[in-house]
Amino acid sequence: MRTMSNESTREQTTQAQGQSGIVLLAYILLGIGFGIALTKSEVVSWFRIQEMFRFQSPRMYEIIASAIAVAAASIALIKKLGLKTTSGEPITIPPKTLGNGIRYAVGGTIFGLGWALTGACPGPLFALVGDGVTVMIVAIVSAMAGTWLYGVLRPKLPH
Amino acid sequence: MTATAILMSVSFSADWPWYLAGPAIGLFVPVLLILGNKLFGLSSNLRHLCSAVVPGNVEYFRYDWKQTGLWNLLFVGGILLGGFLASHWGGSQNIAISEQTRLALMKLGIHDFSGMAPRELFTWSALPTLKGFVSIVVGGFLVGFGTAYAGGCTSGHAISGLADLQLSSLIAVVGFFAGGLIATHFLLPLFL
Repeated sequence: MRTMSNESTREQTTQAQGQSGIVLLAYILLGIGFGIALTKSEVVSWFRIQEMFRFQSPRMYEIIASAIAVAAASIALIKKLGLKTTSGEPITIPPKTLGNGIRYAVGGTIFGLGWALTGACPGPLFALVGDGVTVMIVAIVSAMAGTWLYGVLRPKLPH
Repeated sequence: MTATAILMSVSFSADWPWYLAGPAIGLFVPVLLILGNKLFGLSSNLRHLCSAVVPGNVEYFRYDWKQTGLWNLLFVGGILLGGFLASHWGGSQNIAISEQTRLALMKLGIHDFSGMAPRELFTWSALPTLKGFVSIVVGGFLVGFGTAYAGGCTSGHAISGLADLQLSSLIAVVGFFAGGLIATHFLLPLFL
């Protein structure tokens, strides 16, 4: 009995490790696909961000709007069909707590200032390093410093 | 995985039209949910990186980053590799921005329009100059502080949040654009 249970435990552990290894690899592959999409769609370009904030081309708005439309339709479908994840758990999207909304308005505006200055949001910062704009490593470290300062000030900031 | 396959097959053509680019980006939301119940959002990686490298005594960074964030750090590592692949095996990297934008930027003193970002601002030699420092270091810092305070960036709020019809995300996105417009029209002319 004891041997059997040990063996089955070991088997389960191996299975779990194999599964998670494959899933972790899938995240890397998906990231590669996303990095290609960010670069090929040119949403990582400072020039495109400038064009967007100057309302001189519909391109960025078309990309963002169609991305939201596809994501919204998919989420609605997932909820309607009650789809499960690959490992069988129900799919859940935790709602963001609204509070008084100050963190979204103020934090959002501060991020917007940075988005126009660097011409990149967090995902594109990494894509740009891959694209060869290696000085963006400094922007990433600086962004970490900004996040770190938020972590320190968090108890004192209105949320 | 299907999304990856689709992306791989079309990745070799130069700049994608919006009707391919937008839906391709949007598809990452359901794919990540179905793969492992993960909510598409990239700014949390800055928190995970802080937690992994310099957690200090700050409560915000004292959590098991491997448990919560490893998948996202792998995803963002993939983004870096994807950027590398796309820029090395793709078409030209010149961005065909509108003539109006080109003229407006030339008035601000931008003359090099090759590549993804102007070399006058985003190179190692530009880093110690005022315009390089503000664009890279100040801009990066605001991105990090702002996304952490707002609890999300373009992916987490503008795409995932709006797609899930969350009011907080709508407020955040209005903020993104308010900040972006202020920086573009009032700050850029001050230091470029």
